[in-house]
Amino acid sequence: MRKVFDFHGGIHPPENKHQSLRLPIESAGIPAELTLPLSQHIGAPAVPIVEVGDRVLKGQMVADAKGFVSVPVHAPTSGVISAVEERAIAHPSGFTAPCIVIESDGDDQWIEHQGQEDYKHLSKPELLNLIRNAGIAGMGGAGFPAAVKLSVKPDTQIETLILNGTECEPYITADDILMRERADQIIAGAKILQFLIGPGETLIGVEDNKPEGLKSLRDAALGSDIQIVAFPTKYPSGGEKQLIEILTGKQVPSGGLPSQVGVVCQNIGSAVAIYQAVVLGRPLISRITTVTGESVEQAQNYEVLLGTPMSFLLEKARYHSSANNRLIMGGPMMGFTVPDPNVPIVKTTNCILAPTEQELPTPPPAQACIRCGMCAEVCPASLLPQQMFWFAQGKEHDKLEQHNLFDCIECGACSWVCPSAIPLVQYYRASKAEILQARRDHEKSEQSRLRFESRQERLDREEAEKNAKRAARKLAAEQRAAQAAQGSTDAEDPIQAAIDRAKAKKAAQQSGDTSSELDKLQTALASVKKRLETATTKLNEAKAENSDLVSALQAGVDKTTAKFAAAEKALADYQASSKDDSTAQEKTPEVDAAQIAIQKAMAARAADSALSPAEKARNNLAKLRQRLEKTEAKLKECRSNGEEEKIVDALVATVERLSEKIASAEQAVATESEES
Amino acid sequence: MTELIAQFPLLAALLALVSLGAVFGAVLGFAAVRFKTEGDPIADQINEILPQTQCGQCGHPGCRPYAAAIANGEPINKCPPGGEATIQALADLLDVEAIPLDEEHGEEKVKSVAYIREDECIGCTKCIQACPVDAILGAAKLMHTVIVSECTGCDLCVEPCPVDCIDMIPEEETLQSWHWGLPDPVSRKVDIIATDATTGEAA
Repeated sequence: MRKVFDFHGGIHPPENKHQSLRLPIESAGIPAELTLPLSQHIGAPAVPIVEVGDRVLKGQMVADAKGFVSVPVHAPTSGVISAVEERAIAHPSGFTAPCIVIESDGDDQWIEHQGQEDYKHLSKPELLNLIRNAGIAGMGGAGFPAAVKLSVKPDTQIETLILNGTECEPYITADDILMRERADQIIAGAKILQFLIGPGETLIGVEDNKPEGLKSLRDAALGSDIQIVAFPTKYPSGGEKQLIEILTGKQVPSGGLPSQVGVVCQNIGSAVAIYQAVVLGRPLISRITTVTGESVEQAQNYEVLLGTPMSFLLEKARYHSSANNRLIMGGPMMGFTVPDPNVPIVKTTNCILAPTEQELPTPPPAQACIRCGMCAEVCPASLLPQQMFWFAQGKEHDKLEQHNLFDCIECGACSWVCPSAIPLVQYYRASKAEILQARRDHEKSEQSRLRFESRQERLDREEAEKNAKRAARKLAAEQRAAQAAQGSTDAEDPIQAAIDRAKAKKAAQQSGDTSSELDKLQTALASVKKRLETATTKLNEAKAENSDLVSALQAGVDKTTAKFAAAEKALADYQASSKDDSTAQEKTPEVDAAQIAIQKAMAARAADSALSPAEKARNNLAKLRQRLEKTEAKLKECRSNGEEEKIVDALVATVERLSEKIASAEQAVATESEES
Repeated sequence: MTELIAQFPLLAALLALVSLGAVFGAVLGFAAVRFKTEGDPIADQINEILPQTQCGQCGHPGCRPYAAAIANGEPINKCPPGGEATIQALADLLDVEAIPLDEEHGEEKVKSVAYIREDECIGCTKCIQACPVDAILGAAKLMHTVIVSECTGCDLCVEPCPVDCIDMIPEEETLQSWHWGLPDPVSRKVDIIATDATTGEAA
């Protein structure tokens, strides 16, 4: 006999398992409609790969896994997809969730499938992929994807593989009946897991309240190295960490995983599902579900297709809704009340409990905590439930975390023993969720803070750049002003310079570079001619090939022809007029535009010099003010029209420049008037 | 030395105190320079607690300035997005009394996100300039949209919109965000004696 250990706490509630063990497993049959939630497991919901109206066969994948921690969903029977929509699911929130609805055709026609009788020639990743694609999620109740749990890191040495056949919660007998009737499949599944993980030893842990199950398991395991370990019944020895402690004496560290102490744990239901997936090629499309409680006449275990409505199953068990006070999915300790009896059976539904009020009374109103300490005595995680109760009431999250709230497995032992009937587990569940929510919120606020700070930085930088530019402009303007002041003392005169420039330009025009102008026109004509030629050849080719480009090419040719004609005309015109043009220009020097501008500037200058310096400054100031007003009006208009930032910025800069100029002009006026 | 102390006890005591003062003053002065803390640690801690919506409802341009103001003695109840939880956390940190939220700065509302009705957007970029966390995407004369995951729900973009095409949509509870609540406070208050439970009369 192997030595078994004990864990702290635990309780002995009435087992109530015999009711559902009187009859063997019965197939529940095929309901008219199956509702398959896309999220029947922990992790990302699966993604539908079928559409409404598609016909699917039994075992066909209807939704594929998304991401690593996810599993696909398969059609449990053949039929037609009648909807992909939100439906009520078995969840304490009573919310709806996306589901695939199959209208069954009753044929129950299998898709072509093939098992791997000799799985030992498969590589481990192949085998894991097989398990993952079969949609296997933990059958014990939590629904963690089996393939994820089994893909242990290569550097971790697994000493012990544990199959969990404890089933410690009252009323539930799905695993018990599985051991009694399908022990050989459990052992076969265990062997696959052994091959996959290569553990030092393989244990199947079973509570001693299942003698028949133990016997058939032992018979099936004869001749193999799988040990069947029986240990005293106590709730919650089926908890993963508790079972590991019972069988190996090792404690999984707080917040850690079993693989850290060299253990991998799987439910025996999952082992059977893995056997069926690998050896028979059958994905997870059905499970064993216990239907029990005093409001059903025929408590029994059913092999039920996933997606079957609970009401269908309850009807089979002759359920009296009038006698029932609430419908529970799971057991009386950890289960939750189902909002609607039509919700579907999913991969994690191990039990439907329909008790009468007498059997499972509504909990009486909670009374004050009397500090009896019974909750601390029974806590399997060695926590201090009464302390955490106060902290949870006061929402003191940091204290709750200090008291290791997250080690709570929510088994409900504390609530069960509480003489004041305080719903302790509800407090812990809510507090856990609140803490997780607060962590998420904090992460988000941290993200917003970073974004806000980087935005602020960007704005500051832009502002600084703008200021630097403005300063540079101002400096340049000052320099220019200084230069101008210096330049006016020299003989150099801007008007004289302009006159010189205009003269030089005119001289260049007159000397005529007539030949170069002629050259230009000639080359233009030549190039147009060449283009016309190529276009025409292309058009001819296209016509020969009957291409649909003909019309476009034709248009191109027409255009080029027109251009060619224009170029020819321009050349002819130039040649004809070039001579009298130059003579005409010489004859009429008065009408020359440059000459007029020179005269205008001269006149303005003469007028200017006639004015006193004070008047000049005043004129200047008035002009500047006018310009400023105009610019400001324009800016306002731009702003109200919601113009681009660039334009507005430019206008703002202009306004500023003008204001500066006005300021200096004002100063000039002041000094001039003083002097005069 | 002893003679001197015996002769002028008052002077000696004075001298001793002055020299002690000088020594400790020097040590403290050195420490103040050598172990100077960068930034304002209290304001940083307060900023950590504030929800970082940058909404400005407290009257400060962002959470960081309000954190600095609190560090300088401003009341802690001016943050509507943070609500009671933030006030509680600030009271714990600063060891002051938790006071109810100041209604003047707004009420604690359900968390929401901005939504731009895109066919009505004229592309004026005013909301983009107003957004404190750059959560609005768009360009001049092109339709804008909100990056939902980055939106803090501060509603600063609603007011500048010239065509009123921005809605604040409250965040809906989904299957993923749902969680168990604390036991019903009504049933919790019924702390009656167990024997009275059958008659239904409160003691």
